[in-house]
Amino acid sequence: MPVLCSSCEQKRAVLKRPKTGHSLCKECFFWAFEEEVHQTIVSARLFSPGETVGIGASGGKDSTVLAHVLKVLNERYSYGLKLLLLSVDEGITGYRDDSLETVKRNQQQYDLPLKIVSYEELYGWTMDAIVKQVGLKNNCTFCGVFRRQALDRGAMMLKVDKICTGHNADDVAETVLMNVLRGDIARLRRCTAISTASEGEGVVPRCKPLKYAYEKEIVLYAYFKKLDYFSTECIYSPNAYRGHARAFLKDLEAVRPSAIVDVIHSGENLSVREGVRMPVQGNCSRCGYISSQALCKSCVLLEGLNRGLPKLGIGKHHRLHGKILAREPLTQEEERKLKAVDF
Amino acid sequence: MAAPIAVHLEFGGGAELLFGGVKDHQVTLPSQSEPWDMKQLLAWIRANMLQERPELFVQGDTVRPGILVLINDADWELMGELTYQLQDQDNVVFISTLHGG
Ligand SMILES: [Zn+2]
Ligand SMILES: [Zn+2]
Repeated sequence: MPVLCSSCEQKRAVLKRPKTGHSLCKECFFWAFEEEVHQTIVSARLFSPGETVGIGASGGKDSTVLAHVLKVLNERYSYGLKLLLLSVDEGITGYRDDSLETVKRNQQQYDLPLKIVSYEELYGWTMDAIVKQVGLKNNCTFCGVFRRQALDRGAMMLKVDKICTGHNADDVAETVLMNVLRGDIARLRRCTAISTASEGEGVVPRCKPLKYAYEKEIVLYAYFKKLDYFSTECIYSPNAYRGHARAFLKDLEAVRPSAIVDVIHSGENLSVREGVRMPVQGNCSRCGYISSQALCKSCVLLEGLNRGLPKLGIGKHHRLHGKILAREPLTQEEERKLKAVDF
Repeated sequence: MAAPIAVHLEFGGGAELLFGGVKDHQVTLPSQSEPWDMKQLLAWIRANMLQERPELFVQGDTVRPGILVLINDADWELMGELTYQLQDQDNVVFISTLHGG
């Protein structure tokens, strides 16, 4: 017995929305999904007319849906935005090659300009080369830190006013949970923000228009719209801790679909007691990027790679920053500690 | 006895990686005394098709949370989920949401 759409009451429903429990047909679902993203954009005032907006595009489902929906809404509501796709090539053979092909197809399908910035051109290192040196244990640290800066640098090359990323409700809930589990108060406070203002020179403001969109709906939107996206796990990704957090959330969602927004809501409403020390943001004295230390994480990681001391940026070695800045040699003892890498 | 039925199975969103990287599978479910339902289909897939890490696909007698199921292009949550009785020529799609965004 087919279920009828609860909105138009004419067509056959194709999905049950996790957020509202409503059963909708394809057309009513597309409309509801797009309108909710529009509401998010309008109520948080994410954009202003005339802005150039870079969409962080990985070829995956979230950024593909984001690019498609932003293009639709920009036309439907005359946002007056100049949209473009911004991709990072980490230099992972067999993984990024395929996903970049997807992004290149998206560029044509959506008729949006595309800029690809590579780790190799920015840092002189591909992820393949980094993994050879640091092994599989810490490579996600490198990749994550480098990607954040890569998007910023790409955005600056293109004179982009804002970057938006495809983070969805499930991602945000997962990050809240991860920051609770790690006791990272500073990030916990920041991670639910829908947008970040420009935090300093070289840092482009960011926003997450899909912050309240459920992963299930994003995947079904892509499926029913037959959007072209790439899905496979990063071949270097062993992040078991995050995987557990994700699986835990999915288990909760299976019992109570609102668990995802509930966790986000909890994160949004946490307040940090006065007197809790927060890191003071400054700028990296080498590259100028925002940093709470004398050297930003990416410069420290890079220095470690270039000196053959891959552990330099992993863990706390702040007291060595002075030496690195002055380009002084490290003692044998210091070198010994930073060299050993567990594969 | 119910006659054997042919169903089309499709795996996507990364779920195909557990099935040798193949997305489309045309399968015939053997004749049995009762009609086939989704619960039996999942057990059959686990026994006959899954090539690796079954825990990434099934959990208990249902799919792992985070895998979406569509029966004839509709969310299985509208179709009775595990109790849905399969018909000849049905199309069942499994999409993983657990793979990279
Ligand atoms: Zn409808
Ligand atoms: Zn720096």
